[in-house]
Amino acid sequence: MSLAAVPAGGCATAPVLRERGQHEVFCGLTGIVWLHRKIQDAFFLVVGSRTCAHLLQSAAGVMIFAEPRFATAIIDERDLAGLADCNAELDRVVTRLLERRPEIRLLFLVGSCPSEVIKLDLSRAAQRLSQRFTPSVRVLNYSGSGIETTFTQGEDTCLASLVPEMPAELGSARSLLVVGALAEVVEDQMLRHFAALGVGPVRFLPGRTAAELAPIGPGTRFLLAQPFLGDTARLLESRGATRIAAPFPLGAEGTTLWLRAAAETWGCDEARIRAVTEPGEARARAALSRHREQLAGRSIFFFPDSQLEIPLARFLARELGMRPIEVGTPYLHRQIMAEELALLPEGTRLSEGQHVDRQLDRCRAAQPDLTVCGLGLANPLEAEGFATKWSIELVFTPIQGYDQAGDLAGLFARPLVRRTRLEV
Amino acid sequence: MQLSVWTYEGPPHVGAMRIATAMRGVHYVLHAPQGDTYADLLFTMIERRAARPPVTYTTFQARDLGGDTAELFRTAAREAYERFKPQAMLVGASCTAELIQDDPGGLAKTLGLPIPVVPLELPSYQRKENWGAAETFYQLVRACAGPQVPAPGTQRAPRAPGVAPRCNLLGPTALGFRHRDDVVEVCKLIEAMGIEVSVVAPLGATPADLARLGEADFNVVLYPEIAGLAVAWLKRSFGQPCTTTVPIGVGATRRFCAEVATLAGLALPVEDPTLRLPWYSRSVDSTYLTGKRVFVFGDATHAVAAAKVAASEFAFEVVGLGTYSREFAREVREAARAFGIEPLITDDYLEVEQAIAALQPELVLGTQMERHIAKRLGIPCAVISAPVHVQDFPARHSPQMGIEGANVLFDTWVHPLMMGLEEHLLAMFRDDFEFNDGAVPSHLGSGKQAQTEMGIGAAPAAPSVPAPAVVTPHATAGDPIRWGTDAEQELRKIPFFVRGKARRNTERFAQERGIGVITLETLYDAKAHFSR
Repeated sequence: MSLAAVPAGGCATAPVLRERGQHEVFCGLTGIVWLHRKIQDAFFLVVGSRTCAHLLQSAAGVMIFAEPRFATAIIDERDLAGLADCNAELDRVVTRLLERRPEIRLLFLVGSCPSEVIKLDLSRAAQRLSQRFTPSVRVLNYSGSGIETTFTQGEDTCLASLVPEMPAELGSARSLLVVGALAEVVEDQMLRHFAALGVGPVRFLPGRTAAELAPIGPGTRFLLAQPFLGDTARLLESRGATRIAAPFPLGAEGTTLWLRAAAETWGCDEARIRAVTEPGEARARAALSRHREQLAGRSIFFFPDSQLEIPLARFLARELGMRPIEVGTPYLHRQIMAEELALLPEGTRLSEGQHVDRQLDRCRAAQPDLTVCGLGLANPLEAEGFATKWSIELVFTPIQGYDQAGDLAGLFARPLVRRTRLEV
Repeated sequence: MQLSVWTYEGPPHVGAMRIATAMRGVHYVLHAPQGDTYADLLFTMIERRAARPPVTYTTFQARDLGGDTAELFRTAAREAYERFKPQAMLVGASCTAELIQDDPGGLAKTLGLPIPVVPLELPSYQRKENWGAAETFYQLVRACAGPQVPAPGTQRAPRAPGVAPRCNLLGPTALGFRHRDDVVEVCKLIEAMGIEVSVVAPLGATPADLARLGEADFNVVLYPEIAGLAVAWLKRSFGQPCTTTVPIGVGATRRFCAEVATLAGLALPVEDPTLRLPWYSRSVDSTYLTGKRVFVFGDATHAVAAAKVAASEFAFEVVGLGTYSREFAREVREAARAFGIEPLITDDYLEVEQAIAALQPELVLGTQMERHIAKRLGIPCAVISAPVHVQDFPARHSPQMGIEGANVLFDTWVHPLMMGLEEHLLAMFRDDFEFNDGAVPSHLGSGKQAQTEMGIGAAPAAPSVPAPAVVTPHATAGDPIRWGTDAEQELRKIPFFVRGKARRNTERFAQERGIGVITLETLYDAKAHFSR
């Protein structure tokens, strides 16, 4: 289901620099930091090491929650030496946890590097514990390990674990499923647009509570709201749902193309699509124009991080006139990115994976006006004189949709504006 | 398996990173999967370091596990040497790599690098960050200074006449709580006594500096958690004595100076006139600090030091003392015994929270974790120990040790309480037109959240509480206790920083006696009961 509006070309067939080496990217466990805020009655129990626990609290940044809805079951030497039965230990920890937190309805056992290397079977543990705690608590499992997943992929594996739990849609009723954790304010805006376009019923994955699981069937059409959900998409398709291919809803153009893809699937006529999208698009463009002055003509270099790099580069190039030099991504899912790649300016260097030292060499040689990178690299690059934007903010901030387009542009403009103001 | 919500210490390889990052000319090659690079942000974001930590991660993936992860390590180590040209290399494994048993030490050896390569064995499933730092520093010191160790039985040559005594300053690392400023302060103390500081390590030292550690006359141990192992080895190998007092607070600084003077064979120096804590503590303005109940928690060194300072330099009452450093539990138990209290040795954050909630102290001296606990419970708090937060790296000079360190302790511990006094004054004048009762305390900014955090909003507004129908109604179990209007109004006259405690105590008192509505009498009966 490709879009007529999308021009062929861009970077659709561009060569990709595949790198192997040190990856300066979080592992999939990090997704817990936003997923636990999204699904309000779910608890995330990482089965891992002290490193996993330390990563989570460092990534969460501030420790503001009395008792957060995530924790780590830290494997110790007794578990490894076989002095303790890992499964029995896990059952004990889960039992204690659920006693403490009776409000929990959904428990995710989250696999980590150590649990996978010692081959602790968390899917069997989840089944066993689910049986024990049914019907008050459902126990699922997914992997957030660094050997299997990168940063945002943790959301993919988490949502994929929910797909088999979704009830079957009776009959062939048509419905739209929006896939990917979004801020509630963004979800509400989208619901208004879809209602105006006559697209519906609209459901979201993940829902706001554990019980809110959308039914699924052959009538289900789904739109990815986030670009890192390859496994979830595959599983949804295996349950009969059909993906609506579209660019991602970042920026005025991206949002229109995304909404339009669904509207066309629903057979909405052109006049109505225009009537619904044009006011939003005009508002977004007005908000963007303020930042365009700062950003137009500036070069930008993306280190791989959240998988959002390609859609962001497309947005910054086409709507704000920036020049992407290199767009790095942890991994490239060509099918899901097809519409985005076609819109990316020709000549942009695409890289997949990472060898951080070599990439830093390329960045220094290219002297970009703005570098988008993770927290480990930002201050060192600033100290070398490069303006940077920390990429993690792009995951925690509502950036999708027309009314967030200006905020999104602002995130990139601010480091440049700051430099013009500082005199020290 | 241990259920952990927040952790006080990271894994031991993070301790190794703190040593490598503190030093110059050292590179650490860490066999680790993707994601372990998160540790870089501790240094670049929390400490605002301007350079990446000198660490190369191998980033192996699941698909490598069946193949050759060992080769991945060799490549990473070779490339790291070529790119960074360090004087010494640390090699080791993070928790996952420990399980696949690739032997980074052995692999690095086969590369034949022309520099010392120090293999680290840091058992991740058993040990933690501070131990990892101590072990790493010890192994590096041994590797670098080992070749200089004199033959057993060799006597240290006496210092030539006219040559100044020399010492090393050991223990400060990257990501340490105020290590940067403590070094400056302690150097000042020592140099004022006419002693030369030979090497400060690991902070700012090179492997070549470590090689000449044995040249000094004695060692100054700033942080026993980190320097302990290395100092014991230096004592055995070079016959170097070391200091045992950590100069946090006035008394400890005086004892430290006396100890250093003895080790250096010098007379005790004249005390620096910029030491202000003793006078500030004796000035009448500080009278209200007397007997304030304080709860202390942190790493062993800072917690024990803080408890002593709290008791003898602020005249506080230490009601709780604990540490997450199990390796130093003995020292903390000993200190707790002196205060006649039960020590809390735990790395379980929830247990610490429970202890604070039960003790209801008037001040918490703890880590960033306790700061959050205290904030929720509405108790003033000052931070005295790692784990660190970006706030713990202030732009200004802010040591914990020595003369200026003592001054800093006075300011930072009294500050949250002074604010309390200010609030009391505001409450006294709240009927004046400038101060309406709904006004949010000035130092808490605006917003409802700040109010409830401090227990201010916790008192229901007077009109919402009906006047008691009968004088002493009896409550049945489970009935909520109500506050009579007069008692409620009286409660609001109590300074907010003890109001929460007064409210809880009174309710408990009422509960135990089956009193359903709290009257003025109940409030003052409870006060008398609890002040026995």
